[in-house]
Amino acid sequence: MTIAFAATLLILIVGWAGSALGLQYLLGVILPLVAGAVFIIGFIWKIICWAKSPVPFAIPTVAGQQRSLDWIKPNRLECPWTTPAVVGRMILEVFAFRSLFRNTRAELTTIDGAPRVTYFSNKWLWVFALLFHYSMLVIIIRHARFFLDPVPCCIAVIEFVDGVFQMGAPRFYLTDAFILAGLGFLLLRRVCSVRLRYISLPADWFALFLLIAIAGSGICMRYVSKVDINLAKDVIMGMATFSPVDPSGLGAMFFIHVTLVSALLIYFPFSKLMHMGGVFMSPTRNMKCNTREERHVNPWNKPAHFHTYAEYEDDYREAMIEAGLPVDKMPEAKTEA
Amino acid sequence: MAKMPKPDELLAATPAAFPKEGWMDTKPDFRPGSFCYPAKTEILKGLGFENAHDWAPDNEDWELPANWEQILYNSLQDALNKHRSLKVFMDCCVRCGACADKCHFFIGTNDPKNMPVLRAELLRSVYRKDFTTAGKLLGKLAGARKLDKDIIKEWFIYFYQCTECRRCSLFCPYGIDTAEITVIVRQMLLDLGLGIHWIMNSVNDCNRTGNHLGVQPHSMREIVEFLSDDIETITGIRIDPPWNEKGHEVVFITPSGDYFADPGIYTFMGYLMLFHEIGLDYTLSTYASEGGNFGSFVSFDVAKKLNAKMYHEADRLGSKWILGGECGHMWRVVNQYMATYNGPTPAKMETPVSPITGTVFKNAAATKMVHITEFTADLIKHNKLNLRPERNDEIITTWHDSCNPARAMGLLEEPRYILKNVCNNFVEMPEHTIREETFCCGSGSGLNAEEIMDQRLRGGFPRANALRYVHDKHGVNWMGCICALDRAALPPLVDYWVPGVTVSGLHELVANALVMKGEIPRTMNLRQEDLANPDPDPADSEEA
Repeated sequence: MTIAFAATLLILIVGWAGSALGLQYLLGVILPLVAGAVFIIGFIWKIICWAKSPVPFAIPTVAGQQRSLDWIKPNRLECPWTTPAVVGRMILEVFAFRSLFRNTRAELTTIDGAPRVTYFSNKWLWVFALLFHYSMLVIIIRHARFFLDPVPCCIAVIEFVDGVFQMGAPRFYLTDAFILAGLGFLLLRRVCSVRLRYISLPADWFALFLLIAIAGSGICMRYVSKVDINLAKDVIMGMATFSPVDPSGLGAMFFIHVTLVSALLIYFPFSKLMHMGGVFMSPTRNMKCNTREERHVNPWNKPAHFHTYAEYEDDYREAMIEAGLPVDKMPEAKTEA
Repeated sequence: MAKMPKPDELLAATPAAFPKEGWMDTKPDFRPGSFCYPAKTEILKGLGFENAHDWAPDNEDWELPANWEQILYNSLQDALNKHRSLKVFMDCCVRCGACADKCHFFIGTNDPKNMPVLRAELLRSVYRKDFTTAGKLLGKLAGARKLDKDIIKEWFIYFYQCTECRRCSLFCPYGIDTAEITVIVRQMLLDLGLGIHWIMNSVNDCNRTGNHLGVQPHSMREIVEFLSDDIETITGIRIDPPWNEKGHEVVFITPSGDYFADPGIYTFMGYLMLFHEIGLDYTLSTYASEGGNFGSFVSFDVAKKLNAKMYHEADRLGSKWILGGECGHMWRVVNQYMATYNGPTPAKMETPVSPITGTVFKNAAATKMVHITEFTADLIKHNKLNLRPERNDEIITTWHDSCNPARAMGLLEEPRYILKNVCNNFVEMPEHTIREETFCCGSGSGLNAEEIMDQRLRGGFPRANALRYVHDKHGVNWMGCICALDRAALPPLVDYWVPGVTVSGLHELVANALVMKGEIPRTMNLRQEDLANPDPDPADSEEA
């Protein structure tokens, strides 16, 4: 945890120190461009790397009644047997975190001196995971206003809804609070739960600290140490159109934020954050549960080497005949002496 | 077997807290009872595992081949090239911990390495070191660790402490399937010559004799004759099932546990009685005499090898389709792997049609293999069976969904429909412990070996706990299931945790209730115990 915290802090300091030392152009233009390239190429590279291995077997995890007899109601989404149904299952998985919604908590207790285990529905992880991911999505969409001119009206609508609880200026965005709440919960459970603390790797803490720092610096820039929004947009538009604008007029917080985001983009393809792509490629979720109806082909299927019936009969022919079992080949009649 | 502590003491002896040091620094514990006996060298050699050698789990030195690191590296590389699932599962776990308390072994042991996430990390950490840039550069900081011989030992302990039940994969937001990882690690261990006797011996027997228990053709016939004698005692009807006969419509294949061991034999008697009653045109086979597939627990190639016999035999006998008995992992293989492994089916096979009701089993169009509960449920729905559920009236039963039919198939309602038609008293166990969320018996995936009884009882605790609840609350005294490993593993488990509950297959209960044409009034169930509600004697009613 300490190392992950230190690493995040270091990135933050690089952003701050860089802007103070006059490296604005490097941090505000070159670094994000490089990071963007690493992210896009890395992401595609990882997906290709996964896709290069075949899916030899159809191994969906079935989570509901199969389709068998006409009068038994099958569960189309939990045991999908058509492609549209699989798409439905995937939509539920990707957009509603279906599997996480199932989460339960097992509690070991003692009742009348005997060990007992009880299960409780446990949806907190689901709630806060959704909160975080959707806030993140909305925030990314909102940021599109810096990359597009004129700003499409759908972004304006999202901004309006997100900022519906306007309390003075600048408009207060709900997602700013939600993303911190989501990340805060994810961090807190990792700290408080013995199990999670035990399984957590530096990478798990790092991802959380980095995202918290990004959200924090962004919020700071908006509400506390304000930056020149118009100049920021010019800089970003310049970057996006490969005709860079000098960013040196922007405040330190901008460079901190951009450095952190760049670090995230570079880190992303090499980390567990690739679950964003992986969730689409999991064979236990994205395959049809009609494995007896339609043959799935394994590209590396080898010819079967097995003990054939003829070999088996050779082993047991006499015993089989004696037991009255039919055989394919009668023993050769012993040549008369 | 070591002497077992009393039920109340077993879990009380479970460590309450996790170790102080991190999981990479704890070493596996090889006390007697914590590991399975190793596979015999000649058996592994015979199955083509080149690096088979003599070794013992509790020895310090496992006498691994000199180039063991290279062998493992190649083995993992090969698995990554062949399975997209493994690559994705290695890369995209976020360690959210949703899987942690879903594992029956974790609930029963509180051993952190039994949390599915950490079980997978045991492999993932090695994968990161050898196959990812971050792992190579940053080492432990990136969650990577260098392979050493202790890690091999750790794998042996913990990947033989997973029953491949896939309960965790249901709850994982990315569908990470520990069963997939477990099979692959077991395969890697076999490449080093490390396997367990209980599994590999069964594989070897199955390969040679056609079934896991090594029952030879003449003995098999004899056993079934004894069972037919019992059926005659109970019903007055003599059944002489056809064996290895060509030209029958159906081949019936069931796990060998069903004709070998109590209480599976009662289920087998149930099949025979049902087939006789409906006049099914079928044959049994001594060659394809195993529905189960112990190979599937350790290697895709071995699984395919054992499974190949089913189609081979159906082809030789000229049967149109295969009817499969009550078994768990057998149906994982049949439902999700068989067509891929050994299909397309022989030319003479056809999409299964019930000869009694005319129902077409379209859901089995590719494999041409029907589950017996689908078949029987269809018979009952069409009123083809004369049932007297009162015969099962002393039973208050619950239903244990076996892991594989539930989570690899979705076979949930068919057995329940049958059960409700043959038993008047049926109570479900609490939610979160049934249907797709069902708990394993704790002995699946070839872990029903006697030497690890402590582990099995702990792993079976969540299942037993749910059973205990309905036993105390509703007087449940019976638990039905459709898995041969369950029928072997649950009775000792239930005797230990919830004495007073009987475990049986479904078709035992069906046959109890089945009124057969020309039978004598039943006074006994299939176990030859007196019925509380014996059939009225027709002679008595004539007098009255």
